[in-house]
Amino acid sequence: MINAFKKMLNKWFRNIFRKKKHVKIGLYGPPNGGKTTLANRICEDWLGESMGSVSSVAHETREIQIKEEVHIKSKGKELTFNLVDTPGIATRIDYEDFLKAGMKEKEAKKRAKEATKGVIDAIKWLDDMDVVIVVLDSTVDPYTQVNITIIGNLEARKIPVLVVANKIDLKKSNLKKIQAAFPQYNVVGISAKYGNNMEDFYEALFEVAG
Amino acid sequence: MLTLQFIPYREIEYLDSQKRIKKLLKIVKENKIVLLEGRLHKTEEAELIKRTMQEIDSNFKGIEISVVYPDTKEGAFIKRIKESVINILLGDRRGMTIIGPAAIIKEIKHDPDKIQLLTEDGLKEMSRRRRKKK
Repeated sequence: MINAFKKMLNKWFRNIFRKKKHVKIGLYGPPNGGKTTLANRICEDWLGESMGSVSSVAHETREIQIKEEVHIKSKGKELTFNLVDTPGIATRIDYEDFLKAGMKEKEAKKRAKEATKGVIDAIKWLDDMDVVIVVLDSTVDPYTQVNITIIGNLEARKIPVLVVANKIDLKKSNLKKIQAAFPQYNVVGISAKYGNNMEDFYEALFEVAG
Repeated sequence: MLTLQFIPYREIEYLDSQKRIKKLLKIVKENKIVLLEGRLHKTEEAELIKRTMQEIDSNFKGIEISVVYPDTKEGAFIKRIKESVINILLGDRRGMTIIGPAAIIKEIKHDPDKIQLLTEDGLKEMSRRRRKKK
């Protein structure tokens, strides 16, 4: 009964989005999950250009980035949206972590400060999203409070969610663990870096937002 | 030495969200680990992260937080309705929230029913054991 009610609500939400001019799809998640890599993959697939720079050092994306009018097609369905890439949400930011990654003190402190502002902005932007793709690193334990808080807030705001388990190309990847952590959501395993399983990803995106 | 401070839910029950967060962060910034009976509202958890970010400086590196919460998803429909009504009337007192300063708590490992707080020494010990295994 609850599932039927949820489906009805989702359909109702989707109908609202169809009437809206610019659907905003946000990429959320902890740092280094691959949000910008996925944003780049989507933009390269459909616009032929990338969106932002990526790095193995956390908090590379420290400002909200928007790519407007992304138009995607899959199996006869079409969807146009504004893609919003957000800074990774964290509960701790220590400039010394950036020092360990080889940065100079001044640069590390600046990055830390910008990263804290980025987290605040990402949380503020939650209210503006129509659909959110939560991007998780499938090689990392998903039972973190940041993940639970992000998804809990999306639930509280009734924003449709697609969970992406990224980095499935890596040996340590554990898709089942992510699925077990968030059983109420459709979890799609992809490698944004190599473009693995992107067909399934777009299919799932249409399900949630199309 | 680690100091754990227990906060019964009644201490935050009548505070608004901003005051709740301020109270919890104040204790954490005194380098104490908060054991809060129950949990904050989901939007308050996000607000707590936001406020934490605003307060980060050279001395305060942030927080580690974890919530142990009984899973009611599989429960009977009537039981879930009952619990929702109790939550609305009395606040969400079930489970426990742990909040610690990032300078002391390096990581919180969270399985659905178990929580492990890893301090700097704990992490060193874990990596020592891993090296020994190899």
